[in-house]
Amino acid sequence: MLLEVRAVSKHFGGIRALEEVTFSVKQGMILSIIGPNGAGKTTLFNCLTGFMKPTRGSIIFSGSNISRLPADRINRLGISRTFQNIRLFKSMSVLENVLVAQHARIRSGLLPIIAHMPSFLNEEASVRQTAYEYLAFIGLESFAEQGAGNLPYGAQRRLEIARALASEPQLILLDEPSAGMNPLETDEMMTTIRKMQELGKTIILIEHDMKFVMGISDRIVVLDHGVKIAEGPPHEVRNNPLVIEAYLGKETH
Amino acid sequence: MNGFFIKRMPKAVIISLWSALLFLPFKGLQAAGLLFLFLFLALLVITVASRLSGPLFRTAEVIRKNAAGLIPGDSRYLLLLILPALTLPLFFRNYILDVAVLAGIYIILALALNVVVGFTGLLNLGFVAYYAIGAYSFALLNTRLGLGFWSALPLSVIITTAAGLVFAAPALRLKGDYLALVTLGFGEIVRITLNNWDSFTKGPNGISGIDPPSFFGITLAALSSFYYLVLFFVVLAVIVIRRVHASKIGRAWIALREDEIAASAMGIRSIRYKLYAVSFGAFWAGLAGCLFAAKMRFISPESFTFMESVLILSMVILGGLGSIAGVIIGAVILVALPEALRDIQMYRMLALGAGVVLLMIFRPQGLFGGSSASRS
Repeated sequence: MLLEVRAVSKHFGGIRALEEVTFSVKQGMILSIIGPNGAGKTTLFNCLTGFMKPTRGSIIFSGSNISRLPADRINRLGISRTFQNIRLFKSMSVLENVLVAQHARIRSGLLPIIAHMPSFLNEEASVRQTAYEYLAFIGLESFAEQGAGNLPYGAQRRLEIARALASEPQLILLDEPSAGMNPLETDEMMTTIRKMQELGKTIILIEHDMKFVMGISDRIVVLDHGVKIAEGPPHEVRNNPLVIEAYLGKETH
Repeated sequence: MNGFFIKRMPKAVIISLWSALLFLPFKGLQAAGLLFLFLFLALLVITVASRLSGPLFRTAEVIRKNAAGLIPGDSRYLLLLILPALTLPLFFRNYILDVAVLAGIYIILALALNVVVGFTGLLNLGFVAYYAIGAYSFALLNTRLGLGFWSALPLSVIITTAAGLVFAAPALRLKGDYLALVTLGFGEIVRITLNNWDSFTKGPNGISGIDPPSFFGITLAALSSFYYLVLFFVVLAVIVIRRVHASKIGRAWIALREDEIAASAMGIRSIRYKLYAVSFGAFWAGLAGCLFAAKMRFISPESFTFMESVLILSMVILGGLGSIAGVIIGAVILVALPEALRDIQMYRMLALGAGVVLLMIFRPQGLFGGSSASRS
């Protein structure tokens, strides 16, 4: 197992945003987390990436407990994420956004940087090369020198994914990757996520578009009011009465 | 063009009317009327100029891009900066050189503050503290221990950098306005300590008899040689800061300014890189302090007041947060302007204040800042 979430709870005062959530993710799979608004999906993402500390429970990533680690440390261990409300470095160029994500893998210290030593220059050139490759992967290489804030909405979402990929994680968390996209862009996004899976990445995504979720997921976890109410492959989850109830409400007689 | 004027006219009228009304109780109706007329005309000229400057800027950009291919990398900016600067002592009297030396010291200070405020987005209202620590370390090492310029300088810079680290470590847990207030307090603490610690710093009397720098046994007492010394450090500061800015460290700083949450999601240790920024800024501010002490040969706490912090911050904001070239020009303007306006001394601060207000209305990102720097 690449990731094991063991009985994770997150309480905000009296509000139980997550209650004893347990599931695990195998290497190379695409897992979707679905649930109505306020089900605790983004809270779960925040716990997984170190932006919130779970009240109880543990998160085991490749064998070590990461539930108390800070966000930057978790990223360097191999988990990267995108944000529901896009968080790009807006005044930086598209290329620089991807370069920032490669931060942890640049070794040159202050002295090589100031002296422009060959080791620094070579490393910088190779990092730029890699950044271009990630931009090409996501189809943004022609925008490399543009300001990230000036990109159209769909391209900004894709840039966030390129940036997440560039920190070379094993596990990528995508928070609503197709939100606000038109059907054509949504299809492209599905293709991109499959390509990421082929690269060997493990992917967890939060998504509201059911066609998208059913079409791409290997497994689905359903949350409602912070509790996991179902888990399984798409065809199972689709017909689960608890899931239908959570989304549509209980039938009244 | 007509529609453009109708749109801008009310704004110009309101601004000038408002300024004139503020002025009215102090100088009477006639002066207020004059100010209104003057401001209104100035605003009209500015609006027309800004209307025309768009295409002009674009042309300049095209020229710059084409010229970029001819001269490679760093050197193209440095050449622009150095050539006229090198020849300055040949043409000008001591007075101009004196102003130029002061401008050089302020350029280093403003570049240093720009690393903290412009790149990393940490508002610092007490930056003069590092300047003071650098100057006092240098003066004390020189007068008490008899260390020469070239041994006192690195030691003082190390002391200042360490002070930067020590004071920033607890303060960086705060953000935004709170951090600004703590830095303001820090600036005052340093000044008041220097003022009251009579036995060590000689208090308000200051420290006199600081040795001028020497170079291989030759004393650089002449203004022109000191000018070249300052110029050397300015060029050094520009090169080093530019290179750090264009590295992973600079990118981490800007990422932290733009979005700290996203930056830490990308693996950047936010506290560590903020500490880097503050101590890197303190390093250069300490260096500027040494140069100031060696130039004046006398320092006292009076040179390191809150107004000094404000002045350095104004240089950074005037030039444009985050832009190295802009900050240099901002520093030169704010050092040269008061000298140029010496004849109308009474209205100097008034003009400066009006200038800042106009700047904030028409170019909030500073003279040379990118369009996005002001958003952060």
